[in-house]
Amino acid sequence: MSNTLRADLALISEWIQPNSRALDLGCGDGTLLAHLRDERGVSGYGLEIDVERVTACIRRGVKVVHTDLNAGLADFDADSFDYVVMTQALQMVRHPDKLLDEMLRIGKEGIVTFPNFGYWKCRMAVARGQMPVTPGLPNSWYNTDNIHLCTVRDFEALCAKKGIKILRRAVLDSNHQTDLRARTLPNLFGEIALYQFSR
Amino acid sequence: MSNYPADSVGLVAAQTASFNDPFTLESGIELPGFELLYETYGELNADCSNAVLVCHALTGTHHAAGYHEGSEKPGWWETCIGPGKPIDTNRFFVVSPNNIGGCAGSTGPLSTNPQTGKAWGPDFPIVTVKDWVHSQARLMAHLNIPQWAAVVGGSLGGMTVLQWAIDLPEKLRHAAIIAAAPKLSAQNIAFNEVARTAIRSDPAFCDGHYREQGQKPQQGLAIARMLGHITYLSDDSMGKKFGRDLRDGKLSFGFDVDFEVESYLRYQGSRFVDRFDANSYLLLTRTLDYFDPAREYGDDLAEACKRIQARCFVASFNKDWRFSSKRSRELVKGLLDADRDVTYVDFESRVGHDDFLLNIPQYLETFGAWMEGVQ
Repeated sequence: MSNTLRADLALISEWIQPNSRALDLGCGDGTLLAHLRDERGVSGYGLEIDVERVTACIRRGVKVVHTDLNAGLADFDADSFDYVVMTQALQMVRHPDKLLDEMLRIGKEGIVTFPNFGYWKCRMAVARGQMPVTPGLPNSWYNTDNIHLCTVRDFEALCAKKGIKILRRAVLDSNHQTDLRARTLPNLFGEIALYQFSR
Repeated sequence: MSNYPADSVGLVAAQTASFNDPFTLESGIELPGFELLYETYGELNADCSNAVLVCHALTGTHHAAGYHEGSEKPGWWETCIGPGKPIDTNRFFVVSPNNIGGCAGSTGPLSTNPQTGKAWGPDFPIVTVKDWVHSQARLMAHLNIPQWAAVVGGSLGGMTVLQWAIDLPEKLRHAAIIAAAPKLSAQNIAFNEVARTAIRSDPAFCDGHYREQGQKPQQGLAIARMLGHITYLSDDSMGKKFGRDLRDGKLSFGFDVDFEVESYLRYQGSRFVDRFDANSYLLLTRTLDYFDPAREYGDDLAEACKRIQARCFVASFNKDWRFSSKRSRELVKGLLDADRDVTYVDFESRVGHDDFLLNIPQYLETFGAWMEGVQ
């Protein structure tokens, strides 16, 4: 899982322009924001619900607001960030569709990553009649925080419906590479999907 | 008591600084001068860059940490100040003054008015949080401190920190605002008004001249304090602490103390009248009511926050209903709208508003982590 994390964060880091402003929704221990600050000169804020992870952010010198994403982002003004990033949290929030709107209200561009439920191993599990447990989805159905899992195709359909423009897409396969197979058939061979989008 | 805990600053004593130049208050009234009683903990470093100002709450004092000679009761923020504690006296030189208008030793209603040769009593002018900031700035100059590494405080002390950051932005690098609010709500003011009415309607109050009359409005002051204590605890924690427990195991069918919570409030009230002056309490609750740093910026908190240069730490406790988490969030929003540097944490409550004084491990760890970033 940690390799996956590094791979998706490394890609996101390349997508973000140096010296820009980024808001990280569900920023965890602040790894991405600290990396962006140190390597790209990005000034950022993190939002995080878990107080121990908030404390980890503080130790890294990452600015962080302790909050529940489900309580909304009304504290943030429109267009106050260049990027609003959400890694591996879209599938956990109560209203992912509304949160995408909020991301594009606050930021010029949004970046999300999520586990692709269309990944062949997930399909295999469902074909066997079970909920998948994979490196990307390590928990069982009864103890997972994921309540809104979707596929690459589902996400793109939602963006089309909302008039959200997809600027960039990448999928990482189980080896955390963006190889040809995953590029050709992302919904089947992509384990983790990454999107950059705007209005 | 000679053996102090290893993580305490140990034996401490107050010092006095006198300022003899006239001091014009926000009200326009001029004090001919004033004295500040204060304590310090730790050592000021060679380039005077490690000073931390601690601001106290409504009825707090300069005695924030350590022990006075002959006393076994430590200062009010012993949990947070000391070697290895969040406000680490191995790193910081901590300055803790008593606010003017109080009754713990700094100039206030109990002091002598040099113009009349008598105690100020009820004629002591109303002071504001802004006045405290500017009086403390004089102490800062007196101690040759060019800039605070941090200004920190809880409750009304947190509000004082906010006022510092807005009024004298270049004088502090960090600001920790804990269990505070950007201004009082109507409900907060209402509680203060009931407290003041209790004091002023006590026949022994004598329009504030009780000392000359050899009287003391004990009843009124005790009621005011009882009311305060109701707001310092959450409904939950009061329920857990006292429930409906009966003091003597049975109902008395009268108005004496039946329930433990009544006994607690009466005890807190009676203990308070021994240490606090009624005129001071009236004045300080007014100071709270008047606190509203956004007022001079068109009632726009973000506009006021734009002046701030310090990195801010805002913290609340999730069952504090006196200054709830929501009120801290208002301040966080103001700081974010002003594009300032803020970190916000909402801690799990143990008792309510008083949590900022308590040994709550997660709070101390997180606050300590933030203080470690204070350079």
